[in-house]
Amino acid sequence: MSQPVLEARAVSKHFAAGRSTVRAVEDATLALLPGRIVALVGESGSGKTTLARLLARFYAPTSGEIRLHGEAVQGKPREYYRAVQLIFQDPFGSLNPLHRVRYNLERAVKLHHAVRSKADLDEKVVELIERVSLAESYLDKFPHELSGGQRQRVVIARALAVEPKVLLGDEPISMLDVSIRLEMLNLLERLRAEDGLALLYITHDIASARYLCDDIVVMYAGRMVEGGPKEDVIADPLHPYTQLLIDSSPDPERGDRNNLFDAEDLGEPPSLIDPPSGCRFHPRCPVAMDICRTQAPPRTELTDGRWTHCWLQEKK
Amino acid sequence: MLKSWKVRIGLSILTFFVLLAVFGPVVGGDPRANDIQAISQAPSFQHLFGTTQFGQDVLAQTIAGARGSMLVGILAAVIGTLIAILVGVPAGYFGGAVDNGLNFLTNLFLVMPVLPLILIVAGYVQGTGPFVIALIIGLFGWSGGARTLRAQALSLSSRDFVLAMRMVGEPHRRLIFCEVLPHLTGWISAMFLHGMIGGVMAEAGLAFLGITDSGSISWGTMIQAAQQQSAVLRGLWWWFVPPGLCIALIGTAATLVNFGVDEVSNPKLRMARRSVVVRTRKVAEA
Repeated sequence: MSQPVLEARAVSKHFAAGRSTVRAVEDATLALLPGRIVALVGESGSGKTTLARLLARFYAPTSGEIRLHGEAVQGKPREYYRAVQLIFQDPFGSLNPLHRVRYNLERAVKLHHAVRSKADLDEKVVELIERVSLAESYLDKFPHELSGGQRQRVVIARALAVEPKVLLGDEPISMLDVSIRLEMLNLLERLRAEDGLALLYITHDIASARYLCDDIVVMYAGRMVEGGPKEDVIADPLHPYTQLLIDSSPDPERGDRNNLFDAEDLGEPPSLIDPPSGCRFHPRCPVAMDICRTQAPPRTELTDGRWTHCWLQEKK
Repeated sequence: MLKSWKVRIGLSILTFFVLLAVFGPVVGGDPRANDIQAISQAPSFQHLFGTTQFGQDVLAQTIAGARGSMLVGILAAVIGTLIAILVGVPAGYFGGAVDNGLNFLTNLFLVMPVLPLILIVAGYVQGTGPFVIALIIGLFGWSGGARTLRAQALSLSSRDFVLAMRMVGEPHRRLIFCEVLPHLTGWISAMFLHGMIGGVMAEAGLAFLGITDSGSISWGTMIQAAQQQSAVLRGLWWWFVPPGLCIALIGTAATLVNFGVDEVSNPKLRMARRSVVVRTRKVAEA
C-alpha cells in the first residue's frame, strides 16, 4: 500500500457557542491515498462538512494534526493549497456572479503556472474547460447563464488548474438535479483514474458512495464509527449505526429487512453541545450494554482493512 | 438604470450644475463688479436675479458660487468615500485584530462632535479655501459609511466564492478589490451621492457661520452675506433664494439618483411603469 497523501490524525474541532462548546468533530482519523476515493458518510450535523473544512484548513483543529505527504502542516496555507483543493456543496455560491468563467480559470492558471504569453494562457484555459467536458464557448459566459451542473464543472476545472494531489468534495452533487448527478460522479471517477487524484467524497447518500468510492467511512455525531472497503461495509455492517444507515436507504433488491430497528422509536441524533457519555450512539442503540454508557469504544482493527468503534466488536 | 425617470431627472440636474461649475464663470459675467447705479434692486430685465446691497449681480454670483459649492461637495464626497472604503472593507474582510483596530477608529469618529471640531480645525488652519474646507468635511464625515461597508464586507467575505478563490491562491489584496468590492458598488455610489449633498450643505453651513474665506464666492458665502446685511428683514428675497434653491435642487437630484440605484439593487422597490399598469388593468377588466 502506498503512502497516504493527506491524513487527519485524531483531529478534533470544538466551536465556542456562548458559554457552551459544540463538539463538532471528535478524534477523527482519516487517510487519503493517491488514486483512491474515500466516501465519508453520515447524517446532517454529524461533522462531515466540519471535517472537510478542517482538511481545507478553513479553521485550525482544536487538537490532533493534519499531515500532508507525511509532514504535519503548519503556517500559511498557501503552499498547502497547491496540493489540496475543495469543491463546495453549492455551485451557485462558489462562483462570483460578477466574473466570467474565463476570469476564474485564468486567475487560477496565472497563480500557479508561469504563463509566457496570452496564447499560452488561452491554451491552458481551453484545455481545462475541455477536461470537464464543457465547450470552449462557455468561457465567456457569466455564472448565472449556466446550469448547476455546468457551474460545478467550472468549479472543478478551477480546482484542477492548481493541479492538486487531493480533491475534497463536500457533497458536490447534492445540490444538482438528479438527472446530471451520474455525469458528475463519472467525471470525478475519470479524474481519479487519469490523474491519480486522492478524493474525499462527502455525502449522506449511501447509494452514490457505493457507486463511486473504494472505501467508506461512517460518521455519527462528530465521531467516526466504522470504516473499510465499500462492499464489505455495505454487505456486512459491524456497527449498529451503519446498519441503521444502510437499512434506511432504499434498495429494491434487499428483500428481507432485518428488524433490528423499529422505525417508530429511533430517536433523534444527540446534541453536540452535551453529547452522550461513552459511545455517542448508545441512547439509540438497540444492543447497548452497560460499558457503552460509560466508556467511549476504542478503535478495533479487523481483517481486510476494516475497523470500527464498537464494544460489540472489541469484546469478541 | 437610465430607464427610470427619477434617475434621468436627477442626473440631468446634476449634469447641469457640474457644467455650470465648469463653464459658468466664462459666461456669467463678473460676480464682484459693483454697479452703483443698481443697489438692492429686485429682479429686472437688466439684472435677471436682482442685485445685492453692494450692487453685485445675484445671477453672476449664483453662477460663480456653483463652482465653489460643487468643488467642495464633490471633493469632500471623494475623500470621505475613499476613507470609508479603505477603513470599512478591510475591517470587515480581515476581522479579528484588524477589525478591532479599524472599528475603534471608526467608532471614535462616529461619536466625535463633528461640528465643533470642524469649527476648531477650520479656525486653526490658516486660509480656509475650498480645498481645505473639502478636506475637513471629508476627513470628519466618513465614519458612518465605513460602518456600513464593514458590515457588508463582513458578510461577503465569508461567502463561498471568496473562500474558493482564496483556496485557488488569490492574495488578500485581489480578494478584497476584485471579489468583495465589486459587490459593494451600489452602496458606494449611494454613499458618494449622500456625501456630495452633505458636502454642499456642510460648506453652506460653515460659510454661513463665517468659517470659510469670505473672499471666495460660494452659495454659502452668498447666504452669509445676505444674512449679515439682514436681507430677510429688508425683504431682499432675491438675494438668498437663488443660492438656497440651488442647494435644495442638488440635494433633490442626488436623492433621485439614489432612488434609482436602490431600485437596481432591490427590484421590489421598482414601481410599475405606466404602460404595464394600463395593460394589467385591461387584462383584469376583460
